[in-house]
Amino acid sequence: MEAGTISSGSGIHLPGMEIAKASKNRYEVMIGPAHPGSGHMRIFVEVDGDIMVKVDPDIGFVHRTMEKLAEGREWIQNIPLFERIAILDACNITLPYVRAVEKLLGIEAPERARYLRTLLCEINRVASHLYGMGIFGVFLGHSTLYMWGFGDREVFIDLAERLTGARLTHTYPVFGGVRRDIPDDFPEDARKATRYMRKRLNEYAKIFLNNPNIRSRLENVGVLTKNQAAELGLVGPNIRASGIRYDVRLNEPYEAYGDVDFEIPVFEEGDSLARAWARVEEVRQSLNIIDQVVTWLEKHPRENFMHEKFWKTAPKLYKDVYEGKISYSPKYRIKLMPIFASLKVPPGKSFARVEAGRGEIVYYVESNGDIFPYRVRVVSPSFRNVIAFKYVMPGHRLMDLPAIYGSFDYFPPAFDR
Amino acid sequence: MDGGVKGLISLQDMIKEALGNNIIKIEDNKGYMDVVVPLEKLKESAIKVKQLGFDHVKSVTAVDYIQKKQFMVTYHISSYLNEELSRHVLGLSTFIDRDNPHIPSLATIWTSAEFQEREVYEFFGIIFDGHPDLRLLLLTPVVAALKPLRKDFVVKEDSINIEVDYAAYNATKWW
Amino acid sequence: MGSDNKEKKEERLNLLYGDLDTVAKMAKESLIKGKIAKMVDWATSFSLWPVHLMTSCCGCEIGAAWGPRFDNERFGSLPWVSPRQTNLIIVEGTITKKMACTLRIVWEQMPYPKFAIAMGSCALDGGIFYNSYNIVRPWQVIPIDIYIPGCPPRPEAVARSIIELQKMLKNKSLASKWILESKREDKKYIIPKEDLCGWRGERVDLTTRYD
Repeated sequence: MEAGTISSGSGIHLPGMEIAKASKNRYEVMIGPAHPGSGHMRIFVEVDGDIMVKVDPDIGFVHRTMEKLAEGREWIQNIPLFERIAILDACNITLPYVRAVEKLLGIEAPERARYLRTLLCEINRVASHLYGMGIFGVFLGHSTLYMWGFGDREVFIDLAERLTGARLTHTYPVFGGVRRDIPDDFPEDARKATRYMRKRLNEYAKIFLNNPNIRSRLENVGVLTKNQAAELGLVGPNIRASGIRYDVRLNEPYEAYGDVDFEIPVFEEGDSLARAWARVEEVRQSLNIIDQVVTWLEKHPRENFMHEKFWKTAPKLYKDVYEGKISYSPKYRIKLMPIFASLKVPPGKSFARVEAGRGEIVYYVESNGDIFPYRVRVVSPSFRNVIAFKYVMPGHRLMDLPAIYGSFDYFPPAFDR
Repeated sequence: MDGGVKGLISLQDMIKEALGNNIIKIEDNKGYMDVVVPLEKLKESAIKVKQLGFDHVKSVTAVDYIQKKQFMVTYHISSYLNEELSRHVLGLSTFIDRDNPHIPSLATIWTSAEFQEREVYEFFGIIFDGHPDLRLLLLTPVVAALKPLRKDFVVKEDSINIEVDYAAYNATKWW
Repeated sequence: MGSDNKEKKEERLNLLYGDLDTVAKMAKESLIKGKIAKMVDWATSFSLWPVHLMTSCCGCEIGAAWGPRFDNERFGSLPWVSPRQTNLIIVEGTITKKMACTLRIVWEQMPYPKFAIAMGSCALDGGIFYNSYNIVRPWQVIPIDIYIPGCPPRPEAVARSIIELQKMLKNKSLASKWILESKREDKKYIIPKEDLCGWRGERVDLTTRYD
């Protein structure tokens, strides 16, 4: 087996720092794991003068071996484990695991549960895009965007906290449905949040996307053509900014996306500015979806949000809490069903995909009838975008590296898993 | 959904027509269409599938069947540019021997498989012949020598048996 | 009496001519007397600048803690990118074997007096990944002062930890004692059991020292 380090030619070896002078007037620069911005990834860059010639990503600084640990824990214990892949987007990241296991169990969530899952998925998508824009601001040195992104994100994290009880780690979709129903005054607050955010998006366009300073840094930088994007297999708003009209919510509708009205924004230019625009437009569409879902949830009666097969095994206390008969507990709030401990899933193989904030996430689950999974394979969206470093960056100047890095919206814990 | 079932049946016919005798087994698993081909015909099946319009690889998975002494390697493939095919996911699988795991690399056919094959190489020890750049991706050489995702590498679950150096912790306590 | 006066006159003359040894001795004595020591502690506690080292998922809560809603800059702490000009490192999240070497190198580059806060349950004892084969416990790599439990801890908890560190600084006068004696008496030597940087071919010494 070959070693994992790469350095061409001999050079000066100082502890902690290595700039090796390679042959042919090329210098090797290491952009290390402790750098400003969302760090923990190392990039080996070979530079000829100022132009990057070869870029090699060195990842694995946050590798927490989730696929191996999943084989030793029960089915329901893996949901919090997989949430830590991209903790901002917790509902979107665990939803394909829940769907794959539901396919093996042979059940489908009831209708109200599907709308509730859609609601939390869209709230998480808005929060994730705002985080991405905040980090992009840190890369470019635009600290106002960092403050605005994180401040506006708190509005949606507050909504998610009222719905599920936690800021970031929701663990909301479970096998057969969801864990709670919405409180009584939730629809009003959700509408206030979407109205506020729509006004703010115009301000974002003024300070960031139409800012002549930022435009000169981002226009025609990191151009990705349509065929190149399809060949490399990239995901998310990165390919929608290059002209490919692909979104899992459109091609293989899941949950309630078949019933709500929304558009997929597609741009043609393929440069970093188009990727930033794609994210902003997606936030606008998500706000529309949240409005429609909340209206539906208000109108329809509160029937079950959990599949009958599991709900009828709940003890009587849960049903009393659900109807509001217990004085010390809020309404509609239940804990986890006892049947999920030592749940046995029938043997088989299944596959599920979902559109998360950063792109398409894919799970392959295999079971052999035990209480532990036999094999769980997860390919997160950022892992499929890593290959863009090697093929998109060469040819640009070294100063364009943060602009391209930030526009792809990497999240290193996601690709290291 | 009626259109979905019709679509799947015609997809099966299309695959059968393209691959012909190469197929050992074709079955519709839950969420993807699984096609098992023998190891020698893997590369030509892949070229024929790419000509049909499937242009990127979503995931490269290896599963360790330790009792049968086999690895199963699956490529989940789909399409971006072809509207019809982008609704379906095809799984191209093959079984290889556990004691001598060599498999021809498909990274020259689909560029999107390059980094994923490197990951399977370092976790299972499966060697992809013909890969342009086969080296470690996520792990350090010390940890990769353990070949972590094989079933004979066991991770202890019970927390009492985990060895941690508590002397260091006690040395820095100030309370 | 006369010789005494003569010595004092000599000292004063040395001071006027800029004799560094005498000046240093006089400064050290005034520090030990207490007033300047208190000022040094007060100033350090209100300028704890953390290095920008985002390790894992707790990084989202650090970003939120220094964001507009839970503003931590009002305590005087400003996240800064260069390790040479900072004095706090917040170890947040899981530390893997590859990252432990980086953490140690960044810690070595910081000038003393420097402090460390371990954030999240992954930094306490592994957290949800307690039995993973690829992680280390951060207290085996750098010496830590304050631990924050939570997964992830709320940004209010991060603010509380900075306040606790400020209290600890002022009560135990850690910063001024460190400058005077150039080592910390309440911490001992640690030698980690495994070699975290050897595979990189680097000679990084992982013995935890405070001098």
